Amino acid sequence: MKKINKNSLNGFINYGIVIAAFAVIQLLLGMGRLSNSLQSLLVPACCYIVMAVSLNLTVGILGELSLGHGGFMSLGAFSGITASILLQGAIPMAPARLAASMAVGAVFGALGGVIVGVPVLRLQGDYLAIVTLAFGQIIQNIIMVLYVGVDSRGIHLAASKERFDLAADGTAIIKGPMGAVGVTKLASFTAGFVLIMITLLVVQNLVNSRSGRAIMALRDNRIAAESVGINTTKYKLMAFVTSAALAGAAGALWGLNYSSTVASKFNFNTSILVLVFVVLGGLGSIRGSIIAAALLYILPETLRAWDIAEYRMLIYAIILILVMLATNNERLKILVGRVIPKRKGAAGNG
Amino acid sequence: MKKKNLAAWLMAGAMCFSLLAGCSSQGGEASTPPASQPGSEASQPAENNNNQGGGEAVVVKVGGIGPITGDLAQYGTATDWGAKIAVDEINAMNGPVRLEYRFEDDTGVADTAVAAYNSLKDWAKDAPLVIYGTTTTQPCVAVSAETFNDRYFQLTPSASSPDVTSGKDNVFQMCFTDPGQGTAAAEYLKGAGLGSKIGVIYNNGDTYSTGIADAFAAKAAELGLEVVATQTFPDDKTTDYTVQLNACKDAGADLVFLPIYYTPASLILAQAKQMDYAPVFFGGDGMDGMLDMKGFNKSLAEGLLLMTPFNASGTDERTKNFVEKYQADHDILPNQFAADGYDCMYAIYEACCQIDGIGSMDSAQLCDALTALFTGGQFSVDGLTGSGMKWLTTGEVSKAPVVVKVEDGVYVTQ
Repeated sequence: MKKINKNSLNGFINYGIVIAAFAVIQLLLGMGRLSNSLQSLLVPACCYIVMAVSLNLTVGILGELSLGHGGFMSLGAFSGITASILLQGAIPMAPARLAASMAVGAVFGALGGVIVGVPVLRLQGDYLAIVTLAFGQIIQNIIMVLYVGVDSRGIHLAASKERFDLAADGTAIIKGPMGAVGVTKLASFTAGFVLIMITLLVVQNLVNSRSGRAIMALRDNRIAAESVGINTTKYKLMAFVTSAALAGAAGALWGLNYSSTVASKFNFNTSILVLVFVVLGGLGSIRGSIIAAALLYILPETLRAWDIAEYRMLIYAIILILVMLATNNERLKILVGRVIPKRKGAAGNG
Repeated sequence: MKKKNLAAWLMAGAMCFSLLAGCSSQGGEASTPPASQPGSEASQPAENNNNQGGGEAVVVKVGGIGPITGDLAQYGTATDWGAKIAVDEINAMNGPVRLEYRFEDDTGVADTAVAAYNSLKDWAKDAPLVIYGTTTTQPCVAVSAETFNDRYFQLTPSASSPDVTSGKDNVFQMCFTDPGQGTAAAEYLKGAGLGSKIGVIYNNGDTYSTGIADAFAAKAAELGLEVVATQTFPDDKTTDYTVQLNACKDAGADLVFLPIYYTPASLILAQAKQMDYAPVFFGGDGMDGMLDMKGFNKSLAEGLLLMTPFNASGTDERTKNFVEKYQADHDILPNQFAADGYDCMYAIYEACCQIDGIGSMDSAQLCDALTALFTGGQFSVDGLTGSGMKWLTTGEVSKAPVVVKVEDGVYVTQ
């Protein structure tokens, strides 16, 4: 029997974990054992998992710091919502419309990625972090003044309320600072699961391909990589745009899970939150990102059960600090290494 | 390496500890009341009351949602504390309906609010649930869509956008809507003769502020008020307003309308003073609470006019009683958010008392019954923020706006 490559085995384990988690949750749902509170967290948790995995592609695998992942999510959310309303007549079936909206979200996310990436990824150093930080803010500010609507005459787009002349029969889709209101909820847990699987498929296959090795070579030593003829900008852009597109799709799923979405949701804090998931899960570790995003997103909500009112967020912060310390503790690592000797080698590329 | 590690752990421990310590001393006032808040503890004395009274009180669960942490925490805590006072009073009356109250934090974010709402649904498995909240507008739009689908009656103390209620029969507001307030402000300024040239500074990244400013601009144009400058800022974290103030000053505005929250407003007042610009400042109900801000120089607010439905220095018995209890618990004066919260509880209680057969109802049936009652036109409530308050079928409240002026650090009704 042909020996399975260690990397692909790792990949299969990731699929397995996600499928098993999906099956268990479906089973619990079927038996009615899942609380309302947890049920409402399923779709957003899926979104954050996709966000974390895709950001890991930029931060962990490409090795460039991006602080504007929320900006791509925002692009995806608002373009996805707009698409879902525009396509109402063309695609009456909800799951198909959701898929189409997510595809539109991904396209817009990718476009944003190209716009940011083309000029910036030619530079070296921390420029990407600075520009993506600004990009997130720019997107937020643009959407805050953006009015989008559709009526019998077609689609209307305006940068201020005065210039936004929608006919009486029209629907306003995005209303500036009020964001998108009155969205039909299309998102479902199954859609979230499918999106995670697609994300894993894309990211893991990219990482284990020739291009992925080139991307990681750039991360590890740019000069050495360039000296063997790797096109720096091309591979950086490939990873960055893929990451942005996946974030866009996650954004569309997010936007279609709530009846209203405002631009300020996708602010700097959201970008940092996703970065925290990635860092706590382990840079470059896809599995770590999945687990960290799922657990850390659900954690503050489960803390509600403790009746600690305003201390909830404080305890959440303390837990984050402790996790960060524990995962970086040498002695703990040695201890874990002793218990599970295999981990020593496997750590780093999960 | 080892020493470094130990030092890191010690530092982390010390930091956590100082965080906790800092919080407990500051939150001391905040943490005393929650003893009576969570369902289990609050229900104990109430059940005793029941037994003594001998009556069979119907339990209605009231689940509140609002920010008690984060940037908007002061609003959520006020609505929470105000409501708690009302719940304690109501349960002490031994009436036919007993309220069980629980408040969940949403940090002012829509998705967290939806999660909080779902955890309240879990909490209220055994009794009909009424949703009280959310405090802020954007989360409320998200939550009201959920309550509409799930059929829970919802009454918000302070979410003021028309988007909160539009298209949802089960959602009602205790506060004025934003456009309603903007229109009322323009009408008041027309009659009051405070200034002839009006400048407007508002937060164009905020639903509340934009809602009032837009309606004000429309009504002002209709009434022929002269608006000479309209300035915006992007969010409440802005710290420098000299550009906006200079624009108003250069345009010769002798009255500046500030439909914004009090944090930016306090900076605007201070910066206007620094640049010797002294127009009449006129604000919406978001200004309420400024006088209680820590470290705020009250003399800056002297002469400030604002529209608020509640005046804590009011002299009627009920207001005095409320203010006394609130001060005893929390050491600060209640603002209109607290008063709105108090009124919400009485509205829910009095409405529940009027419903026949409430004992056998589930949440959805109670929702329909309460909705029918609120929109029936007969039901009215007297509260701290107005008397004879009624609700329109749109969910909007109808009560008279009140303008107060800050004189010697207290509100004086105009």
